[in-house]
Amino acid sequence: MFYRETGQFKTSYQADQAIFPIRQDRIFILIWLLIGFAVIPLVASEYAFRAILIPVTIMGLAALGLNILVGYCGQVSLGTGAFMAVGAYAAYNFMIRVPELNPLFCFVLGGLTATGVGILFGIPSLRIKGFYLAVATLALQFFTDWAFSRIGWFTNYTPSGSIAVQPVEVFGFAFNTPLRKYFLCLTILSIFALVAKNIVRGRIGRAWMATRDMDVAAEIIGIRPMYAKLSAFAVSSFFIGIAGALWAYIYLGSWEPLAFDINVSFSVLFMVIIGGLGSIVGGLMGAAFITLLPLMLNQLPSAMGFEISTALIKHLEIMIFGALIIFFLAVEPLGFARLWQIAKEKLRLWPFPH
Amino acid sequence: MGFFVEVLIGGLMAGVLYSLVALGFVLIFKASGVFNFAQGAMVLFAALTFVRLIDILKDTFAPIMLSLLITIALMVVLAMAVERLVLRPMVNQPGISLFMATLGIAYFLDGFGQTLWGSDIYTLDIGIPKEPLMLLETVFEGGVLVASEDLIATVVAGLLVVVLAIFFQRTRVGRALRAVADDHQAAQSIGIPLNYIWVVVWTVAGLVALVAGIIWGSKLGVQFSLSLIALKALPVLILGGFESVLGAIIGGLIIGAGEKLSEIYLGPYVGGGIEYWFAYMLALFFLLFRPQGLFGEVHIDRV
Amino acid sequence: MAGDRRIGETILRLDDICLSFGGVNALSNISIDVKEHEILAIIGPNGAGKSSLLNVINGVYHPSSGSVTYKGQTRNQMRPHDAATQGIARTFQNIALFKGMSVLNNIMTGRTLKMKAGFFWQCLHLGKARNEEIEHRKKVEEIIDFLQIQSIRKTPVGRLPYGLQKRVELGRALAAEPEILLLDEPMAGMNIEEKEDMSRFILDVNDEFGTTIVLIEHDMGVVMDLSDRVVVLDYGKKIGDGTPDEVRNNQEVIDAYLGVAH
Repeated sequence: MFYRETGQFKTSYQADQAIFPIRQDRIFILIWLLIGFAVIPLVASEYAFRAILIPVTIMGLAALGLNILVGYCGQVSLGTGAFMAVGAYAAYNFMIRVPELNPLFCFVLGGLTATGVGILFGIPSLRIKGFYLAVATLALQFFTDWAFSRIGWFTNYTPSGSIAVQPVEVFGFAFNTPLRKYFLCLTILSIFALVAKNIVRGRIGRAWMATRDMDVAAEIIGIRPMYAKLSAFAVSSFFIGIAGALWAYIYLGSWEPLAFDINVSFSVLFMVIIGGLGSIVGGLMGAAFITLLPLMLNQLPSAMGFEISTALIKHLEIMIFGALIIFFLAVEPLGFARLWQIAKEKLRLWPFPH
Repeated sequence: MGFFVEVLIGGLMAGVLYSLVALGFVLIFKASGVFNFAQGAMVLFAALTFVRLIDILKDTFAPIMLSLLITIALMVVLAMAVERLVLRPMVNQPGISLFMATLGIAYFLDGFGQTLWGSDIYTLDIGIPKEPLMLLETVFEGGVLVASEDLIATVVAGLLVVVLAIFFQRTRVGRALRAVADDHQAAQSIGIPLNYIWVVVWTVAGLVALVAGIIWGSKLGVQFSLSLIALKALPVLILGGFESVLGAIIGGLIIGAGEKLSEIYLGPYVGGGIEYWFAYMLALFFLLFRPQGLFGEVHIDRV
Repeated sequence: MAGDRRIGETILRLDDICLSFGGVNALSNISIDVKEHEILAIIGPNGAGKSSLLNVINGVYHPSSGSVTYKGQTRNQMRPHDAATQGIARTFQNIALFKGMSVLNNIMTGRTLKMKAGFFWQCLHLGKARNEEIEHRKKVEEIIDFLQIQSIRKTPVGRLPYGLQKRVELGRALAAEPEILLLDEPMAGMNIEEKEDMSRFILDVNDEFGTTIVLIEHDMGVVMDLSDRVVVLDYGKKIGDGTPDEVRNNQEVIDAYLGVAH
């Protein structure tokens, strides 16, 4: 009833190939944009911006990037933290070494540096597949962990190896309040989500999916596996690199050498899988879920009136986190995106199923 | 020269321990196609349980034996729980989902173990002698210094491999395991109970984890970092091949030796700490020439 | 050229192709001419090397000796991508569709080589990229009409029954507008009605677009009806080559199929 396509006739291929061919989807996305850009800024508290909204938007961007690689092109990567680190450290170095550059431009340069590294470390994917590739991407993770903590040049020789960043100021406008930071992240996320959607519904996206589903057949109809895989690595690491720069500059502000370690890689992968492989909106839902879950688990004991030591809370938290991951994978392996799809199909008829 | 051999032997011994962890991975991957990231967490969990039980049971007549038995029983229960709660509901799902699920198991076990047993560093002393031994004094000037616990570890690992080999090649369950590894559906259709096989495999992997945990634990103390040796075992796997027991052993030796030698001879030039990534780069380099690992099976794509 | 059913000059020639896996000779000294616009059937018992032969033609396998001459160019081996660029398309014995994608998208991938819009325009999905999508969509819709699969165009192929999947795979190959179409058992596992449909499509493709067709098939009735020429393989060797009637009466072929007392 609420999600019914009946009566919406598409009279041109252009209309049928529009980004949201169904009217309800268009309305829905507008409502979300309205909530994101207008309602949330009016009602959200400073804590909500800092602890929830900003990390969710940035991690959403990273999940978007990883989903391109894993969900669309089928190349499993455990090196997301490394690509974020490359983006962050590159942006930092561009900013301190060429101070006249616009910070936003430095973020883009950070993303481009990550792209370069991504292409380089994508080369093994031409030879190896599946879990072998996944483990190979860990090589990058451990190498960057080491490089950024041991090689002084990257951190501008700060004695502790930790970095505190310059404020982000664009044409005299400082992104110094949570609200402004949130707007910046949300805008960037929206733009990139649109770009990602556009790419995956065109030629390149089809080449990625074909490579994912059956690489031999893809090659036989003329898709170069090298082009498909490396372009997925490139686009994905660009997104992730930018997310890394934002994470460092907008969310963290200052960070220790291991801020982008393997746990970051895992949580972004969790977001993508729980959200739904090969679904852009799914990745965003996954990012929200994985960011919110520890917060809620943290609040829960005190809300229920228990007093527990912080160490115990930490252990209980990872334990429950692990259990929930298993639960979600066992119950709905295709993630939130699939649940959302089922809900839409139900809504076609609801509340009059007959 | 004596120093080189000493480093080499030290590396090989560390490699044996990597092999032990890798062995657990290989067993599970062979029999269920699951890339079990929780192997490291299982090592930690087994070692923690063992060391804490010894403490609790220290007034009984045989604390070590009793805790060993209880820990083994717990690993069996764990295997059954994994089969029941994770593998069975997720049968026929893509490998990546199962891999994620084992990440979930790893998180759960890390959290559960530490909630239950605490998160301090516990020393584990089950009577393994620790005095260093002087070997080959006649061959090299000054001889070669080897920790005796390392030697014992090597012997234990060797025994374990022999036992596993016999188990796989000579018993009915072993044959069923190999059939399952080859083709789940075909094995099931001739009446091999898949669920039972999974429990067996995860139990064996749990026991291997316990052995690894005891050896590592008595060397370094039982602590959270045991969970991270899983990460050290991964390059061993890609080097040796996911499906090969022999590969796990030889891969472990190569990685162990390479890591120590590179740290000593290469490390000083690049600022040290290259142990952290050397194994991965070595494995990656190998992969470019032999994508299926040293002893992995070549899969021919048929169209 | 379209609609020209006259059989023309040799378009593809295999000379002395040998291929072995380990110690097994899958193909030994195979020479075959494929002529423009003809329908050539390759038959033979299981394991005779039929699929291997197709794999050599479009570059999945590289022959250990011999050469492939296509449109006047001789090479020792093709690469799959080169074969595709030069107009060789194929379907597979075990369906090789992209399971996660819709019918429409599967057939659209067949047009990959004809699409040119750059990365930048694709990011925006405007201008060149959008026009191109629409233009190729039209072509793809023609194929969908031709194969009568309009009603399933948005369905993920993984959910389709076998017969329809085979049809979609043919559609994907046709989308490339190939000059040579290699069909590996296009009718395996189909019922009579589906076989008739598929035969119709193959004849129509050959008729309307003038496409040269090389097909592997076990159903002798279909082979004899459809093909202009039949090549028979047995144990990696060519034992027969001629019109359906000639092959039917070839003693060696009869022996291979019915078995012979040695």
